[in-house]
Amino acid sequence: MAVFESFQTALRLILAGDAELVGIVWLSLRVTGTALFVSAALGLPAGGLLGVLSFPGRRAVVTLVNALMGLPPVVVGLAVYLLLSRQGPLGEWGLLFTPEAMMIAQTALILPIVIALTTQATEDLWGDLGEQLQSLGASRLRAIPTLLYETRVTLVTVLLAGLGRALAEVGAVQIVGGNLRGLTRTMTTTIALETSRGELALALGLGLVLMVLAVTINGAAELLRGRAQHVRT
Amino acid sequence: MSAPDSTERAMLPLRFEGVGLDRNGRTLLHDLTFEISAGGVTVILGPNGAGKSLTLRLAHGLLGPTRGQVAWECPTEAARRDSALLFQHPVLLRRSARANVGYALALRGVPRARRTSLAQTALAAMGLSAVADQPAQRLSGGERQRLALARAQALSPRVLFLDEPASALDPAATEVLEAAILSLRDSGTKVILTTHDLAQARRMADDILLLHRGRLIERSPAAAFFTAPATETAQQFLDRRLSS
Repeated sequence: MAVFESFQTALRLILAGDAELVGIVWLSLRVTGTALFVSAALGLPAGGLLGVLSFPGRRAVVTLVNALMGLPPVVVGLAVYLLLSRQGPLGEWGLLFTPEAMMIAQTALILPIVIALTTQATEDLWGDLGEQLQSLGASRLRAIPTLLYETRVTLVTVLLAGLGRALAEVGAVQIVGGNLRGLTRTMTTTIALETSRGELALALGLGLVLMVLAVTINGAAELLRGRAQHVRT
Repeated sequence: MSAPDSTERAMLPLRFEGVGLDRNGRTLLHDLTFEISAGGVTVILGPNGAGKSLTLRLAHGLLGPTRGQVAWECPTEAARRDSALLFQHPVLLRRSARANVGYALALRGVPRARRTSLAQTALAAMGLSAVADQPAQRLSGGERQRLALARAQALSPRVLFLDEPASALDPAATEVLEAAILSLRDSGTKVILTTHDLAQARRMADDILLLHRGRLIERSPAAAFFTAPATETAQQFLDRRLSS
């Protein structure tokens, strides 16, 4: 019964546009969106370079990036915490317990995923297209934008994987953000906190929003993939 | 259609001087020495595994020789720009037929304004105007190969390499493709083509290079090769008794 009432309250919070709930959702989207954007901007070209170029130590770099994909979020959170803490190398920036710190932590989580999966996609495609592109006069460097464009459908999925990891993540943002009310409280950290306190209404409301977001983003990505399949004339 | 930024200096003859190629500890090509002159169609003939495709890739500069040298009359960079290679299985980008041709022109630095008209002309020459805006991936095998040829032709190559271009095509599509290739030859493009298909070699060749197991067996004008081959190996190949 208590769950049913909490569910009703959660729906009321959503429909009424509760200021705290909206603020938390907005902050989560801002943090994750920024992290995804930075990861895409850095990770897609870096993945393209790793996929196509050959240089001494390349295999070691690819192995390292692959290993970083599986890092536990709390470990990433701890590393970023140490980096940004007052005694850390970037302590004077004063970013700890701010949304920017959470963006950095989420970028550190997503970036290896984007780089590793882009590397794999472009490496495979280079195997198929490389000779043809070279025969048309493309250098390996010049071929990278072409390969990224040709793998665009796969890359949408890559970015979705990164988005999913960031949106669902709790540990890293909690460590570097501090879960401060009105400042660094995201959907997932709030859900964890409110549930531990037995306050299910806000947790359920945010859970619903998170699910709707996940479905909407995946639906939009599916549409985008469909359009990406369409050719450029 | 004028060549985009092409050098006027003579490209040919193309000389292979003692060229050898090793891969993974195996010698795939042995001491190839020959010269290919301007004009006509040179067919590199041989059974599967003879080294035809490798020879073509060496000539086009996609591979470097382990021994010897591949030398053009002009600087190698200029030769690369003025030649094009059509692969056995054409690799087309996931975009329209027109955009595939446009992409190749963009790589050669052709201004955007000229690309459309050059692409249109090349597609029309290959009878592909009707499918210009269709996704390249959805074209038939024959259309795909002609699109690859249109893409190569749009670059106005002075030398066109073709690696078994009709091996996956039906007789009707092969006929259309061969007519297009011969039309390019007639307009002055040097054609160098690999095949294991004797009938195609008879239809297309002005001169023949016969390869077997990575070695050059015979070099003759086509008429002489088919009527009076100089080597026993060539005779076996003509009699279809030569295996890879």
